[in-house]
Amino acid sequence: MRTPRRNTVRRAGVGALLAAVALLTSAGAAVADDPSASASPAEGESAAPTEAGTTFRTATPVRQGQAATADASTGDYLYWAFPADSGQRPTVRAKVSLPESATRHGASTWQIDVYDGLRRRQACMYGHQTRKAAPDAGTVELSCVLRTVRAWSEPWASDPLPGTYYVRLTVVGLAEEDLGLPVHVETQVDPADQGGAHDVDGALAKPLVPGVSAVSAQGGAPAGSEPEDGWSSGWWTSRWLWTAGGGVLAALAGVFGYSLTRGGGRPSRVPPGV
Amino acid sequence: MIIRKRLTAGVCVLLATLAAGLGTALPAAADEPSTAASPKVELVLDVSGSMRTRDIDGESRISAAKQAFNDVLDAVPEEVELGIRTLGADYPGDDRKVGCKDTKQLYPVGPLDRTEAKTAVATLAPTGWTPIGPALLGAADDLEGGDSTRRIVLITDGEDTCGPLDPCEVARDIAARGIHLVIDTLGLVPNAKIRQQLTCIAEATGGTYTAVQHTDELSGRVKQLVDRAAEPVVTPVATEGAGSCSAAPELKAGLYTDRQEIGKHRWYRVDVLPGQELRASVSVAADRAVNNDYGVLLRAVTTHGREIVRGAESGTGRTDAVSTGLRYPKPEQDDTDSDVKPAAESVCLQLSNSFSAPPSVKTTPGMPVELTIDVVDAPDDAADVAAFGLGRGWWLLGLMVLTGLIAGLLFGWISRWRVAVWRTN
Repeated sequence: MRTPRRNTVRRAGVGALLAAVALLTSAGAAVADDPSASASPAEGESAAPTEAGTTFRTATPVRQGQAATADASTGDYLYWAFPADSGQRPTVRAKVSLPESATRHGASTWQIDVYDGLRRRQACMYGHQTRKAAPDAGTVELSCVLRTVRAWSEPWASDPLPGTYYVRLTVVGLAEEDLGLPVHVETQVDPADQGGAHDVDGALAKPLVPGVSAVSAQGGAPAGSEPEDGWSSGWWTSRWLWTAGGGVLAALAGVFGYSLTRGGGRPSRVPPGV
Repeated sequence: MIIRKRLTAGVCVLLATLAAGLGTALPAAADEPSTAASPKVELVLDVSGSMRTRDIDGESRISAAKQAFNDVLDAVPEEVELGIRTLGADYPGDDRKVGCKDTKQLYPVGPLDRTEAKTAVATLAPTGWTPIGPALLGAADDLEGGDSTRRIVLITDGEDTCGPLDPCEVARDIAARGIHLVIDTLGLVPNAKIRQQLTCIAEATGGTYTAVQHTDELSGRVKQLVDRAAEPVVTPVATEGAGSCSAAPELKAGLYTDRQEIGKHRWYRVDVLPGQELRASVSVAADRAVNNDYGVLLRAVTTHGREIVRGAESGTGRTDAVSTGLRYPKPEQDDTDSDVKPAAESVCLQLSNSFSAPPSVKTTPGMPVELTIDVVDAPDDAADVAAFGLGRGWWLLGLMVLTGLIAGLLFGWISRWRVAVWRTN
């Protein structure tokens, strides 16, 4: 049996290599295309999307914290995709602005579903995942708080893992006559960092991004498929601090305990003047 | 800037992969970007007699449609090849047989000459019948050829009364040709029957349905649909799963489509080397009226029939698709005398669904299946629950302090005792 620590060392080695290569190439690239650098941000990659996809395949990528909007018809299935990394607990919020109540014929029920990179449905811990809008309501607000994303889990578990997540928003119940009426939708994914409490051992070799094996062979990631500062290496966790801090405190306590057995000042049986 | 960062990241990943000597599986042809083929869109406009009705913002339906077309033609993205087809534009008579064949291509699918297209649209006058089915068939033929994404945008104000060709069945048959064609429908001032027919057409092809009450809604929506066609997407490769594992098609990493009938199994096969992880996800689309409770099951099975892992999902209520996925990391082989190349394991994937449909609903062609296969490096097994086996929290600190204190006291006492013994000697 291989020792896991050796694997960690190998992983760290690969990480270091990656970092070195990244440093070298980014330096080279920076020199190469400096003049165009000012033009690049204008491409609007950071601008919030104003459209939504209609299938998993066409899901519109959004970043966490971005407010994505879309105009759609009642009954459409709207899809967005966002990257979530280990240690995060994303909250998906959606606000649907309904058509004027004069044109509607009854109440409607709206729902958000969240799927992971393997298209497995992910549970919402809490939040209004499904909500009924009264016939005269102007908007309906939905939310879904996911479980904390873990760095690794067994293949038989459906724990949330780092990778792409899909949000699907749709109406699940409505008066037949209201199908096809225009709605306006706002969606936002808010990250919440959960700290070291959920840091588990192990890591995925690649995040759960669909098509990741094809992408790595082509040498480029599709837009919005990874977090702004890249996927975490899985090496850092605040548990290092806790454990090291515990070690220091234990050492101090040891010294203190030792000094207690020595007593304070001179030993009593040594005569004065020695 | 961001593009550069991404590129560098990509190059790094590639280099690192090579350097580490961990080759990834070659992607299937499915993954090559289809940037060369330009997306094709055909607008299908109803020019039947009823389009004369003046009930959209006080204008006639046809003039609203014409205005919307002008807006849309101005805004068509450069790369989109656009065509226009009409239905009911020519035959004003009462003969149903002739009237129901009345559909023709007004502007051929190809690079767009805006003025020419606009002139063609301006000549239209509401005339005849509403043969939606034949118009859809015609539009599908117009979009033939190439491997790009295709979209039909159908704008109508009346139901197809031409029978026996049910436009909904026509749409499903077109979708089953496997040419990635989506039909979006727009109903002008729809009633219950039109709505039902148009939602059925849209549902059958994975498209959308919109009810239009105002001119600006019409032009905005058509523009949005045309832009959607221009979005680059990965085109899936058609495959056909078999009834048993031994006959199953062998899939590489990539995106695939298939059709699955209600209650029938589909088998696929993927080769996985030791040290690789198989990731498979599948969506079965409900493209027809199905009963309210449904499910899908994807199992990874060895060639001997032992189940390795499964993904299952079930649901209830209105849905476009039900999907699930699984991953199977195959551990690296223990004996590392790597003279002999390790053999790949053939993993069988069994897909089954538990949809059911009312007896009136046709079950053939089967429901569209989308299958994503990825083969990546496998992760290492975790040796501990916590990261690197490290601890965390106040209990840990308390315990460590206590242990340290006790250890210090013990050492202190032992050394005092030894000094005392040494003195007495």
